[in-house]
Amino acid sequence: MTSLSRRVILGIYALLVAVPLIVVVTGTFKTTKQLFSSPFGLPSDLAPGNFRTVLTDASMGHSFANSVIVTGSAVLLTLLIGSLASYGLARIPGRLGWLIYGFLVLGMAVPAQANMIPQYVLFQRLGLLDSLTGLILIEIVATMPVAIFIMTGFMRTLPRELYEAGSVDGANPWRTYLSIVLPVSLPSLAATAIFLFVIQWNDLLYPLLFIHDPSKRTLPLALLNFQGEYLTNYPLLFTGVVIASAPIVIAYVFLQRYFVAGMTAGSVKG
Amino acid sequence: MTTHMLSKRISADTPRATHSPARHPRPGVRPRRGATRTHPALWLFPLPAVALYIVFFALPTAQAFQYAVTDWDGLSAAFNSVGLGNFGTMATNDDLFHNATTNSLKFLLVVVVLQTGLSLLLALLLQRNSRATSALRALYFLPAILSSVSVAFVWKFMYDPNFGLINQALDTVGLHGLQSAFLGNESAAIYWVALTQVWAHTGQLMVIYIAGLQQIPRELYESADLDGAGRWQRFRFVTWPMIAPTTAIVIAYTTIQSFKAFDLILGLGGNPPKGSLDILSTRIYATFTNSQFGYAAAESIVFMLIIALVSVLQRRAVKLTQRV
Repeated sequence: MTSLSRRVILGIYALLVAVPLIVVVTGTFKTTKQLFSSPFGLPSDLAPGNFRTVLTDASMGHSFANSVIVTGSAVLLTLLIGSLASYGLARIPGRLGWLIYGFLVLGMAVPAQANMIPQYVLFQRLGLLDSLTGLILIEIVATMPVAIFIMTGFMRTLPRELYEAGSVDGANPWRTYLSIVLPVSLPSLAATAIFLFVIQWNDLLYPLLFIHDPSKRTLPLALLNFQGEYLTNYPLLFTGVVIASAPIVIAYVFLQRYFVAGMTAGSVKG
Repeated sequence: MTTHMLSKRISADTPRATHSPARHPRPGVRPRRGATRTHPALWLFPLPAVALYIVFFALPTAQAFQYAVTDWDGLSAAFNSVGLGNFGTMATNDDLFHNATTNSLKFLLVVVVLQTGLSLLLALLLQRNSRATSALRALYFLPAILSSVSVAFVWKFMYDPNFGLINQALDTVGLHGLQSAFLGNESAAIYWVALTQVWAHTGQLMVIYIAGLQQIPRELYESADLDGAGRWQRFRFVTWPMIAPTTAIVIAYTTIQSFKAFDLILGLGGNPPKGSLDILSTRIYATFTNSQFGYAAAESIVFMLIIALVSVLQRRAVKLTQRV
């Protein structure tokens, strides 16, 4: 392939990705009329009117807070519970360790639609529907298999001496986990955290199933409800999109390496 | 050069993106008991994860099979066992389910072919590391981190028949003939959503392909050059067979992602989506919200079986293309 045709292909694809995103971001400062008459033009002024409408009238500010609470707690707890399990499974010798590992990661092959109905019934019985706690719990459970897959994979590659160094000093497994394995595993934990952040922040299915109370909505669910409310008021829809995506895009700008590592590790569930 | 030799190499070391192959202690080669005894406390570490997983994941999965043979509506205490009746109805007498299955397969086919081809093409063009290629990779990857609902809203505007960007652009350049109703076009709607899915995830799979391409030993290309191989032959006899394990991963991932394209459909097609955009995952959800818990569970089991079947067939297909 000549370098010219290479450039043309890469340039066209860059435009295909960038143009819709630029139209959306600049569109947040436009009225419907301005957007329709000049979608590519720069906004005439940077009036924050759409943001005010979306954050207060549509109470998206509230959904934003819910998303922060749910995703923040779920990421941290999945990392904690998952890294504990991964550490144990990486060190327990013999078939039983592999069996438990296999049982846990088998969950990656089960689509959410397959067990969501019994889960719904269970959560209903436990009074965990319409609660952020319930949502945090289901996010942890749904992402646990892939988190354990990534972290156990990493911890199994750590040299045995590292684990044994602790026991020679008379350190118990807990000390070894805290003071040796966790610090060494930081890059893997970071990649896992990013992966969980993307999945849990963007998740629509579980909020849609478990949350009916508008005050408990997370961002993707709030956004979905815009559809009916604002129909073709695209500037408001775009503002919602920008608000819902901002934290993840900002994190992406600074932590790009971990995004790529985490989302690649998560998808290579061979 | 025989590709036979190559495929042997490939099966010997499947690339794993994040794991270095340095040490991988297997159960058989562990030091004897006694040398380093398993501290009993170690068994406590997986306990919280295992407990949560059993109660909230494994048991509900098993229960889905129990529900599937009933007519339970999710509310009443009483329900009847209907045996395999739900599956019979699904197979013979459920147009909605058949429609959703057809749509799922159309969607899958377009996404797998386009997304795999495009991500491989872009990976080939961007496999060398430089400032420019890193910047482009970062841009191409960006849509993959956005929520599907956000992506859906971006494209809702692109596709809007009256004010949408695409029809407006076509109008400006005078190509009125190419204007379309997009999602309003019953028979084509699912393909437009498939294109949106490709837009959102090509960059992510491109990155996986780049990792795979960078692992191909340089020497293979050098010896191909010595044999006088042209560009196409280099691709056909070195790159393609060496990249086959990555292709298998890319296709398997794309398949699961396509079957799960629930959010994108709801964002573009409404909740519940109209028939032309209904796929299996949205159908199961609609059956569930219609209080047909037993029937929805049966659908979800068939859904799992379809994913498994498609995955097995794909594995075979990828293996076949490795042969010369």
